[in-house]
Formats: sequence, C-alpha cells, structure tokens
Amino acid sequence: MYLGRVVGRVWSTVKDENLRGQRFLIVQPVTPGLESAGRRLICTDSTGAGTGELVYWVRGREASFPFHPAEPPTDTTIVGIVDSVHLGKNLLAGGPG
Amino acid sequence: MLIARVIGELVATEKHPSHEGRKLLLVQPLNLDGSDRGQAVVALDAVDAGVGDKVLLATDGFSAMTAVGRPHSPIDMAVIGFIDHVDLLPGVS
Repeated sequence: MYLGRVVGRVWSTVKDENLRGQRFLIVQPVTPGLESAGRRLICTDSTGAGTGELVYWVRGREASFPFHPAEPPTDTTIVGIVDSVHLGKNLLAGGPG
Repeated sequence: MLIARVIGELVATEKHPSHEGRKLLLVQPLNLDGSDRGQAVVALDAVDAGVGDKVLLATDGFSAMTAVGRPHSPIDMAVIGFIDHVDLLPGVS
C-alpha cells in the first residue's frame, strides 16, 4: 500500500457500468515526512475520505476487493484514512493540511 | 520479495475491516548495500515487526493477504519475516 493525500476529486458521468456510484479522488503520493513525492493519480474510494485527508491506498487487482461481490474496473483504491504517522520516536500529525 | 527496514507505524481508525488487528507499518525497501530502494510503502504486519527491524517484504497481493490470513482482501504488501543475515558472492552488491 502507499501513503498519500487527497487533493481533489474527478467527476465522470458516462463510465463503465460497474463503476456506477464510485467516487474518484485525486491523490498526491507523499513521503513518510508527508512531503509530496511523485505524480498524482486517481483512486476509487472505500473509506469515505475527503479532500485534504491523509490516506493509504492499494494498487492492482486487490483494488476491486473492497467492493466485493461487485468487480469495478479499478486499479487503485483508498482503503484507509490515516490518523497519525509515527516515525521512530517522532509523531507526525496527519489529518487535513 | 524485497529486503526492507521498518521506519514507522501508521494509526488509521477508518480502514478496510480486513486490516483490523494488524499493525500498519511504514517500510523502506532497501538495496543489498543497505541504501534506499525507491519510496517507502505501507505494509500489514504478519510477524510482529517493529521500528528498526530489517524485514522481508512481500509485494504481491496473493502472498501478502495469505501471510496475514485475510484472503480476498485489499492487501498488496505485507511484512512476512525478519532478516537475520545476508550472504553474497564476492563482488556482488
């Protein structure tokens, strides 16, 4: 899984039938120090995450498993909202920011 | 699989039910010389690893979800062992 921050949302009306009802969120990958790293991507969401929240997402075939028995054609899905990141003995706050 | 070091832990209240009851580890994949190999990733813990441990990281869904005992779950990485020692041919790094 990968750490990232939700920075936006994509709206799509006409899409694959199996994607009906899915939310598409724009995620910026971040480092353990919460700095942006790499290019943004679109994720479906299984957690109810909103813009600004720190999340982690899963990549690949497993990305459709949260929606079982439905099988939406997604390859990246947010599977958790991160409350806080603990690095060694240091605590980095999560949440919107 | 990759060699990696556990560098932190995440706390997440709202997450997929299959992730409940397992530590969420931040792990940094490593090259054989110990340098960083790409970005740190988030992995579920199958062996009770902690910060500072050098570990074996499964980076495939089937092996990861099997290791944590949660088949058919949205899990693509898991810490599945501890590295005690690495032997290499002379000249390989």
